[in-house]
Amino acid sequence: MLVIALAVLAGAALLAAWALRNQASYFYVPSEIVASPPEPGRAVRLGGMVEKGSLRTQADGVTLMFVVGDGKARVPVRFSGIAPSLFVEGSGVVAEGKMRADGTFVADNLLAKHDENYVPRELEDMDQHQARQVVSETR
Amino acid sequence: MIAELGLAALWLAASLAALQLLAGALAVAGKGGDMAGLVRPAAVVQGLLALMSFAALILLFARTDLSVLLVATNSHSAKPLVFKIAGAWGNHEGSMLLWVTVMGLAGGFVALIDRRLPERTMLATLAAQAFVSLGFYGFLLMSSNPFARLDPAAAEGAGLNPLLQDIGLAFHPPTLYLGYVGLSVAFSFAVGALITREVGPLFARAMRPWVLGAWIFLTLGITAGSYWAYYELGWGGWWFWDPVENASLMPWLAATALLHSVSVLASRDALRTWTVMLGVVAFSMSMIGTFLVRSGILTSVHAFAVDPERGAFILVLLAIYIGGALVLFGLNAASISEGKRFSVVSREGALVVNNVMLSAILGVVLFGTLYPLVTEAFDTRVSVGPPYFNPVSAVFFVPMALVLMAGPLLRWRQDNAGRLGRPLIIAALAMMAALLAFVLLGGGGTLALIGFVLAGGLAAASVMPLKGRNLRRTPLAVWGMVVAHFGVAVALAGMACESAFSVEKLVAVRIGESVVVGPWRVVLRGVEPVAGPNWTALEADMTASYQDSATVAVRPQARSFWSPPQQTSEAALVTHRFGQLYAVLGEAAEGGRWQLRLWWKPFVTLIWLGGLLIALGGLLALTSRVAFDMRRGFARRRIVMRREDTGR
Repeated sequence: MLVIALAVLAGAALLAAWALRNQASYFYVPSEIVASPPEPGRAVRLGGMVEKGSLRTQADGVTLMFVVGDGKARVPVRFSGIAPSLFVEGSGVVAEGKMRADGTFVADNLLAKHDENYVPRELEDMDQHQARQVVSETR
Repeated sequence: MIAELGLAALWLAASLAALQLLAGALAVAGKGGDMAGLVRPAAVVQGLLALMSFAALILLFARTDLSVLLVATNSHSAKPLVFKIAGAWGNHEGSMLLWVTVMGLAGGFVALIDRRLPERTMLATLAAQAFVSLGFYGFLLMSSNPFARLDPAAAEGAGLNPLLQDIGLAFHPPTLYLGYVGLSVAFSFAVGALITREVGPLFARAMRPWVLGAWIFLTLGITAGSYWAYYELGWGGWWFWDPVENASLMPWLAATALLHSVSVLASRDALRTWTVMLGVVAFSMSMIGTFLVRSGILTSVHAFAVDPERGAFILVLLAIYIGGALVLFGLNAASISEGKRFSVVSREGALVVNNVMLSAILGVVLFGTLYPLVTEAFDTRVSVGPPYFNPVSAVFFVPMALVLMAGPLLRWRQDNAGRLGRPLIIAALAMMAALLAFVLLGGGGTLALIGFVLAGGLAAASVMPLKGRNLRRTPLAVWGMVVAHFGVAVALAGMACESAFSVEKLVAVRIGESVVVGPWRVVLRGVEPVAGPNWTALEADMTASYQDSATVAVRPQARSFWSPPQQTSEAALVTHRFGQLYAVLGEAAEGGRWQLRLWWKPFVTLIWLGGLLIALGGLLALTSRVAFDMRRGFARRRIVMRREDTGR
């Protein structure tokens, strides 16, 4: 019985390790996602700055199109839903979703600064220039 | 003055904990002499002093004493009183003070009432409890003093995160803490028993009420936390596999396993080392949870302390307690025999399956929660979500649920599987009926299907232990088991329905237009500004009717708090017999339209109803155990008195 129990637990560890490799959602900045795009349909996260002048609302009133850039590359993003209230052009955003084969990123969820003290973790490491920009633009 | 009193009480409590540890340790080593008599009183007084200190903090928050740094940084004079008081533990220092208070009171309670264990094991237990408390007192006094003064006093407080300004907050953290700290008592019992090597039914019976109590509070805390996330975040989901949620789920999984193994130990004197091990693991999970939540390693509404020093402190405490307990386990476990044997087909056998599967799920959740931290060390950023947690935990949940259908019907020690033919056929029929219902209703999703079918089988199987019993004479403990297992089926059915049958509508509509969501018709009648004590909001005036029956008002808000400045979305919920309508107001869109996000979630409330039933089952079992112990305690005292009367 002990042997079976240990085998189940070892199996759990192996299964977890294998599933984590396949199911974990990786974080990309635009230049990375353009250079080596993830396979279409895989859940990933994309973080960068919402480019000024790129935000458009579609006719249905709930679909947003915008461009996320990091100074080196630009990725068009489509999002259907209610955007976080501090989501504005020129500020940082993390989009959760999938890359499509045509190079558009389809987001299921957007994370923006949701108060003055909170910055999505991934945006903490953006270079100084961008960080200053985020701070100055969103205050 | 109040702040200084609180701090003094805290220092005194810490010194008493040191005394309790010293006296207890000496007494266990056989060198204490009269010191042994100090241990129990020290534990009681220490608990009361901690309570005094916590009461002082609550008073400071209630009065918004802005000369105290913690109050100035976390409260605001314009906040409603209930949130001022709840704010006392809605921050790092206050929540740690709540932790030691509950821990001190629990230790005092054990010292006061428990007379079952051999005195030496009891002293070792209390010494272990003091050792754990001492670490947290040190943490508070060295790096997180809640009573630090601010000079000059602030003119106004900085406010409390609006997401936390919710009545749920007043109960959610204390509930979880009662659970965590209850597990610390189980941990102390385990360590005490390891030191004196007296692991047996007596130990299990002394530990069981604490495990049960902790488990009830954890169940309630998780249920409340899930409902809070559901209505407060406005995303329509009820569980996000967020590390913070996992931090509360992991101790629960360990406590659930412990709860079942401790009852094997109490009634059959088997699974001795395993139960002790689980006692250590369960509290380790509470500590890991606290570390993850409080270290600032994760960013969330729970991460008050974004201060690496504090994270390091908790990590060191974790290493000392858990490492120490594991070393003790390695040294002494070999001298604790495994206890009575049993065959694979028996109640014990089924409970071992339960324990192994719960441990596997615990491992899966722990791996998934820690994985992003590990990869970050290698400069790769990942997040782990439902695509990992749902299927992988299901792999171990399914066999557990199947064994759960038969387990409670098996006899202890040895049984014949053939005896269970009829009940198992009934459970199988229930599962087939559920499968048919799922397909006919047009449900989708493999996991939802599996969950729904298992829920059907479990619901039928869980009540079978009552068959052939006189319901009035059935022991409360059996009722507890039946209710809790039925609760699992109810919650599972709710989860499956939510996943399979939810309807979502995301639209932008003009005033006067209507939206159809499943069986509901929702009309937007207007959007108007409203104001609360410390916020202003846009409120949608909507009506909803279920299949053209009478209309009900639906008023979701987009709120702006001004201190601290932050926006939140207040979802509106309409609870109907068959589920909930969930409405969120978005922003204004062009053409005078408003964004609305609406969900119809059939039977979603079953999720939390199931959680409550599980906790109720625990409560019934706890009542029965405590009543039984008290009756026996009285009986024993009566025998002693009679002996004294007859002149012995």
